[in-house]
Amino acid sequence: MFAALPVYIRMKVTEKDVAYVADLANLELTGDERARMLRDLNSILEYVDRLNELDTKDVPPMAQVSDRYGVDESKTGSARFAYASREDILEGLRKSLPHEVALQNAPDTDGTFFKVPKVIER
Amino acid sequence: MQNALTIDAARSAIQQRTTTAKALAETFYAEIEKDDPQIGAYLTLSKDRAFAKAAEIDALAEKGEPLPPLGGVPVGIKDVMVTRGVRTTAGSKILGNYIPPYDCTAVARLEAAGAVVLGKLNCDEFAMGSSTENSAWHPVHNPRDLSRVPGGSSGGSAAAVAADMAVATLGSDTGGSIRQPASFCGVVGLMPTYGRVSRYGLIAFASSLDHIGPLTKTVRDAAIVLRTVAGRDPMDATSAEVLVPDYVAELEKPVRGLKLGVPKEYFGAGLDPDVKNSVEAAIQKLAELGCEIVPVSLPHTKYAIPTYYIVATAEASSNLARFDGVRYGYRASDARTLSEMYRRSRDHGFGAEVKRRIMLGTYALSAGYYDAYYLKAQKVRTLLVRDFEEAFKKVDAIVTPTSPTAAFKLGEKVDDPLAMYLADIFTVTADLAGIPGISVPCGETKENLPIGLQILGKHFDEATILRVAHAYEQSA
Repeated sequence: MFAALPVYIRMKVTEKDVAYVADLANLELTGDERARMLRDLNSILEYVDRLNELDTKDVPPMAQVSDRYGVDESKTGSARFAYASREDILEGLRKSLPHEVALQNAPDTDGTFFKVPKVIER
Repeated sequence: MQNALTIDAARSAIQQRTTTAKALAETFYAEIEKDDPQIGAYLTLSKDRAFAKAAEIDALAEKGEPLPPLGGVPVGIKDVMVTRGVRTTAGSKILGNYIPPYDCTAVARLEAAGAVVLGKLNCDEFAMGSSTENSAWHPVHNPRDLSRVPGGSSGGSAAAVAADMAVATLGSDTGGSIRQPASFCGVVGLMPTYGRVSRYGLIAFASSLDHIGPLTKTVRDAAIVLRTVAGRDPMDATSAEVLVPDYVAELEKPVRGLKLGVPKEYFGAGLDPDVKNSVEAAIQKLAELGCEIVPVSLPHTKYAIPTYYIVATAEASSNLARFDGVRYGYRASDARTLSEMYRRSRDHGFGAEVKRRIMLGTYALSAGYYDAYYLKAQKVRTLLVRDFEEAFKKVDAIVTPTSPTAAFKLGEKVDDPLAMYLADIFTVTADLAGIPGISVPCGETKENLPIGLQILGKHFDEATILRVAHAYEQSA
């Protein structure tokens, strides 16, 4: 079962890819981290490549399992999950958190809003 | 081992006034103070909350009123479940000072049933790991052998039960994180069906795979905890509206005549010989109890780990985008622009494995790679689920080893992420398929390390796997 581990590393992911993906993920990463990431991602993706042994042309993708079962098998689509919806009313199921409670974990606020560094450089 | 208590023993001792909930909580805190410096299971103690609950239970007991099912029972909660007013870190520096303003539904239900929450338990950062070595705070040592890992990611939850620092705990399982540590520490661990227990208040790792479940000393205790936390919760749209049976009453039904499938793919190369022997002996025991053993095949098993690591990391990269230093959590202080603040807060706040998974998931979802990785993995997930659906046409439950080996040494796999991922090889498929699974102790290796027997069941059929596990436990 473990025999298929990669014995060589073909570079699937390049340094440029690492920089691009880090950018998408809002990460900076140090030089050391980038080098390590390059090695690890290539090694993991090499292993993931075994999925290509399977012909999945006619297999539907699955995002989550709960559409394999449900309360009412005779219903389809969203009707099957009607129990999970509620009336669209202002307070919903319960009152929103009080303002000061919602702000209490924030690193910086002015008492009304979350404060962040300026967005636009002048 | 003065407090090697089960739920019923603890509750009835308080009910009969041979002890009080307060005294019991004090005993457990003393145990934690004595043993936890060597083990490292707890991250935060919630003494005020525990003693307030204990006082409530003691008042009931004093009046001679019947206690609720977990009345006064000391429990611990994995630190990925939020607790109002009690620091919740998910094992991460990015949430180092986070005090949640609300309670996780599963925790609230345990407390409503009388449980005394002792504190929050260590885990791999955001539940990403198989050894609890990815905790940003400190590793957990296996109580059975301190040089070894307790498994993960619910390592603190398993170690606390094994070391009698809680009667029962809650863990979470996304790829094996309840069952594998239960197996490594010699306790019972149950992952319920996806949707059986509300995920409201569980800090999300991979939303289509995350499950909350109990770690306990006995199968009966796992049934009691599941009965308490299961059931529809309007706060989680994926929690299912399926009746919750009395899992405890169901335990006593006979197992004679049940068909148990043994998948050949779980007994191949890489399986430790001691684990193989113990699991085969356990299956033999179940046959002696009247179960019919049926060979089955789950032909796509070897594709489970690669499928899992694409699906789970893709979902994680999306879920963890919320940690940006704005509304809660760590914020880097040296940033001059908003974009710099996001990046530096995440760079300093997340550990190496979390960043690795965010990168892998972001890559798998990025333009040009989505079809090759994410969509491909979603399709193979369908094949893995069909494997189980086919097998369950023939059998009532499936029995396998929980993990290919017993607990490994601390440090043994930290530098090789792929080797670490393979520790989940027998557990991830159940998460991907959304079916329930339980790990129950089934002997020891030559080095006296616990081994786990895994029993997998049909969707919402926890009753059957609990019944099989209970019958095995009682016979062993």
